[in-house]
Amino acid sequence: MINLHEVLVKTKNIAKEFSGVRVLDDINIEIKKGEIFGIIGENGAGKSTFIKILNGIYQQTKGEVFFQGKKVDMDVQKAKNIGINTIPQEFNLINDLNVYENIFLGKEYQKNRFLLDKDKMRKETNKFLKVLETEIDPNEKISNLSVAQKQMVEIAKAVAYNSKLLIMDEPTTVLTPFEVKTLFKLMKDLVSQDITIIYISHNLKEVKEICDRVMVLRDGEFICLEEADDLDEKEMANRMVGRELNQMFPSKVKAGEEKVLEVKNLNVEGLLENINFDLKKGEILGFSGLVGAGRTELAETIIGIREKSSGEIFINGEKVIIDSPSKAVKNDIAYLPEDRQGVGILTNFNVPSNITLISLKNYTKILINHKKVKEKARYYVDEFNIQAPSLDIALEYLSGGNQQKVSLAKSLDTEPNIFIFDEPTRGIDVNAKMEIFNFIHELVQSGISVIFISSELEEIIGMCTRVVVMRSGSITGILEDEHINEEEIMYHATGVKRGAI
Amino acid sequence: MKNKIEKEKKNFWDLLKKINFEKYGPLIALVVLFIISSFASPYFLKFRNLTNILRQVSYTGIIALGMTFVIISAGIDLSVGSMTALVGGIVIMTLNYFGGGIFAIFMAIIAGILFGLVLGAINGVIITKWNVAPFIVTLGTMSIFRSLTLYISDASEFRSTSTIFPELGMGYLLKLPIPVWIFFGLTILYSIVLNHTKYGRYICAVGSNQKVARYSAIKVKLTKFFAYVIVGINVGITAILLSSRLNSISSSGAGTGYELDAIAAVIIGGTAMSGGSGSVVGTLIGAIILGIVNNMLNMMGVSPYLQGTVKGLVIIGAVLIQRKKE
Repeated sequence: MINLHEVLVKTKNIAKEFSGVRVLDDINIEIKKGEIFGIIGENGAGKSTFIKILNGIYQQTKGEVFFQGKKVDMDVQKAKNIGINTIPQEFNLINDLNVYENIFLGKEYQKNRFLLDKDKMRKETNKFLKVLETEIDPNEKISNLSVAQKQMVEIAKAVAYNSKLLIMDEPTTVLTPFEVKTLFKLMKDLVSQDITIIYISHNLKEVKEICDRVMVLRDGEFICLEEADDLDEKEMANRMVGRELNQMFPSKVKAGEEKVLEVKNLNVEGLLENINFDLKKGEILGFSGLVGAGRTELAETIIGIREKSSGEIFINGEKVIIDSPSKAVKNDIAYLPEDRQGVGILTNFNVPSNITLISLKNYTKILINHKKVKEKARYYVDEFNIQAPSLDIALEYLSGGNQQKVSLAKSLDTEPNIFIFDEPTRGIDVNAKMEIFNFIHELVQSGISVIFISSELEEIIGMCTRVVVMRSGSITGILEDEHINEEEIMYHATGVKRGAI
Repeated sequence: MKNKIEKEKKNFWDLLKKINFEKYGPLIALVVLFIISSFASPYFLKFRNLTNILRQVSYTGIIALGMTFVIISAGIDLSVGSMTALVGGIVIMTLNYFGGGIFAIFMAIIAGILFGLVLGAINGVIITKWNVAPFIVTLGTMSIFRSLTLYISDASEFRSTSTIFPELGMGYLLKLPIPVWIFFGLTILYSIVLNHTKYGRYICAVGSNQKVARYSAIKVKLTKFFAYVIVGINVGITAILLSSRLNSISSSGAGTGYELDAIAAVIIGGTAMSGGSGSVVGTLIGAIILGIVNNMLNMMGVSPYLQGTVKGLVIIGAVLIQRKKE
């Protein structure tokens, strides 16, 4: 058994500033050899900054890092050489190359000083993959692998680099529960082989399950470092936010009886199968499910981005054909996309141009009425408390939460009756989250109906009066009232249970 | 007293810092170039020389105005030079067909604009409907348009029989050549389209991020399509002015290198090749800068064969300066 008290990494008064703003302040910790060290905190708490100092991407403004007792001035290459490796959230694999080529990228074995020694690389790759107990063919192309398998290849790559410290940033968000179990078993194996792991996650349940010790950061400051056994999830959350988290969600509003949207026997080839549900006036209808369950695809089909192969959509009892986003706008449907920067906002456009992008015709006769556009933008900036130094600033300079509010204003400016929110709180901090929840609450109170897609069970349970659960492109259950709880949702999301209540 | 002066000095530097170099960079470059040129050659400031420069740049400048929209949409049109020759040929043929009088000129103008529009639309349809990269499509049509021009004319010249047609291209209005008036007028028109209409906003959105544009209920394909139609119409106008000035169109020589000059004017004017934003007035300034550079090289007796080298350096330099600002 290894000595659990040997220190692998020590940080002394580490601090980091970006153009005068302190994002990390005075972190003094010791990470022990062979432990799984959890880091939790809200967005902007400094988790990423901290690990980026450890793996050499950032240089600290102040303080020192010690690795195995020796002071190190870290940079990316040095970190790799001494055995610090990061499994990135976005995988760093080349899709057109196969597994062993990826693992040995940049350090290929050669024979006769010229030709690649493919056999040796395959053999070594097999060895690494065997250590990880996965059955991946070294000759398989990366593009043919599942997300979980790609993650395994990333881990194998790290093992091949002789890792002593493995940093995992949100590794489970892309995995199914079964794959998470496999990953956790693998992590335990790695730890028993003398590898130390830093584990960052928003999923507090998993943090409690897998980590030995947990560090909490808030606004760049060290809050506490505790044995995972001594903290429960609620306590973790409270310490992350710095107050009691009871009033996160506004009270629920009772929905009307009138059906504003009905989806009947909707199919999209290869993506969605036989979708049936309805949305009532003033309702918040939750959509829950695992990653890849088809919720975003369903939303995109309803607003006419994706082509349906069969099925019908009724709005206020009348059959409608929505085959383009402009038809959705005409039918008073708004969509707040999950992928904010990819499809939601134009980062090089300023605030007013973004907000009025969909509704521009309301401000135009032949020429755009710039004054009216600005007035409307100012209204939303006040209403949503959008923090922007000026209206003319390009959105790329705003924080994620403020970008999200602009995206929200942009969808709202079309004056919808039905509003589809797709992961509206992804990547934004707790205060902005609460503002968005309150905003949705106000919407339904004013008679607008809401479809609320979220992967956070807590949000679904806190916000919705009815929940549709999806799994692999079909609906596995529609839950109501007291049936809306974590267990029931997970049973349906994982396919253990099936059928509407 | 001393304090006050220093304060004013400071204000001046603050003011200088506040200048939006990204926006006014091309204008500043033009002013600097203008001042240098007026010292370098006594003939430069002669009214006749200045109007000549403007006339020379107006042909490719008019095309460049349309090219601005294409480049903002993150596309490119390489076919404009060959298209100028083909449309120019059609203009002369129409003119001759109707006998070369006033009515014939009227018909020739309509034919020029219409054919430019149609050829631009062909580019646009292939690019948007069949989803082929603009570079490939317009490289293809560049070859096709030139070859058709050569075929129709049997590789010789389209010669006009009209005696009054040249008045359009050679004529003056209030001391400025007619093509210059048209160039300035179109600049104002397209500047309004880009900055003050829905279409202008949409073309920027499409060029900035096509997916965001699509999710924002913008008809992405139609928006892009119109950019190629606009450049086609402008090619038509240039073809009319060019054939009128020469009263003929050479099937092999007309319009060669126009694509380079048009794209160069757009880039020197500050529109980024990556698309998403740009300036029509910038393109006008870019075209004039290119014209002055050529004019100076001529007057300083630099070999015409070397002028391409200087033009190339100016283009690369303009892009480097833009990147530095980022």
